[in-house]
Amino acid sequence: MPAEPPIDTPRHLFEAYERLAAGPTRPIAGGTDVHGRDHRRARAIPDRMLDLSRIDELRGIALEASGLVLGARTTYTEIRRSALCREHLPALVEASATIGAAQIQNRGTLGGNIANASPAGDTLPILLAADAQILVGGQRGEREIAAKDFFISYRKTALAPDELILQVRFPLGQGRELRFRKVGTRRAQAISKVVLALAWRDVGAQGWLDVRVALGSVAATPIRAAATERVLEGARPTPEVADLAAETLRRGAQAN
Amino acid sequence: VSAYRFLVNGAPAEVNVPGMRRLLDVLREDLGLTGTKEGCGEGECGACSVLLDGQVVDACLVPIAQVEGRIVRTVEGLSLAARERGSLDTLQEAFLEHGAAQCGICTPGMLMAARAYLDAGGGPTTARFAKRSPATCAAAPATRRSSTRLPPSRPRPTDARQ
Repeated sequence: MPAEPPIDTPRHLFEAYERLAAGPTRPIAGGTDVHGRDHRRARAIPDRMLDLSRIDELRGIALEASGLVLGARTTYTEIRRSALCREHLPALVEASATIGAAQIQNRGTLGGNIANASPAGDTLPILLAADAQILVGGQRGEREIAAKDFFISYRKTALAPDELILQVRFPLGQGRELRFRKVGTRRAQAISKVVLALAWRDVGAQGWLDVRVALGSVAATPIRAAATERVLEGARPTPEVADLAAETLRRGAQAN
Repeated sequence: VSAYRFLVNGAPAEVNVPGMRRLLDVLREDLGLTGTKEGCGEGECGACSVLLDGQVVDACLVPIAQVEGRIVRTVEGLSLAARERGSLDTLQEAFLEHGAAQCGICTPGMLMAARAYLDAGGGPTTARFAKRSPATCAAAPATRRSSTRLPPSRPRPTDARQ
């Protein structure tokens, strides 16, 4: 039987913040990493666990002026079933459908994917390509962190030990396109070998603008491919440009 | 250690255990419901699948603190409705008919995952079902046949087992 540290189940955020401020505490939402990876492989067992499953403030999917906002506790199943996500962020729906089996999609959460910060986290390149903002909070207040500043080194994030991830905001620009591709060893229920998210705005004769190329599973963290973005920025999507971008991406990935 | 109350297969259950104890261990060791099996114990294989508020989950990944006040259904409860008619669940019937078991350790999980899939309105296509249960043992083809050559919901003649 895995370790069974004490667990608190607060109903409100402020109670969770108090617990986090009081000492080393490990949040648990869907539990797919905590029980699955951490405890089985004898990673440091925390003093206390903090169950987020009863905190309704971390739930919900809403379309706001600033973009599509998802609560940290939104599960992959909820993303797949959300009419708002399907309409405004189909790439995230696609990514959610590739994560684990139904058993995992029913439990695993977007906030958990971010906090776990695996370089193979399937939603993370989408956050990078979409210029997502991650809202975190604690007793010291709330702050927004850009996805590109969030993943610092292997499984290290900008989240402080006394903070929780509250929500993720995806800005929705006019004419913005976003695509997702994952390559694993098989079509379903496989850890990714490489994940790519590509975003751009097509302005006709001027070509592509605001190009974002983000990759997972190729470095210690999910990364943006800056050199490849520069190749595509302001260029027309011709076969020659595509070849040059692919070559640049290949060289960049080798360097990592 | 705290007291946690929930429903298992329609009956109220109460256990006094650490909140991080896995639902899997509570079912098997504290409640004696050993129909749910432990496979990998890390959420990869699905052998310990049960229904939590109707959704299929891996019982090895659920801390009991998150089960307080909720509804759990295990393989022991799969045939509850059918038992009154003296039969098994249609899925169990189909698994028997097709011989869909080799060693059998994953069979309860297969049954629960398939039940959740069909209850959610999933159509009987082998490709979609295979995605849910990636087992690759010799019984896999029979398992897929059993789970897909079925009407999508439960109603079925009660004398099926005569």
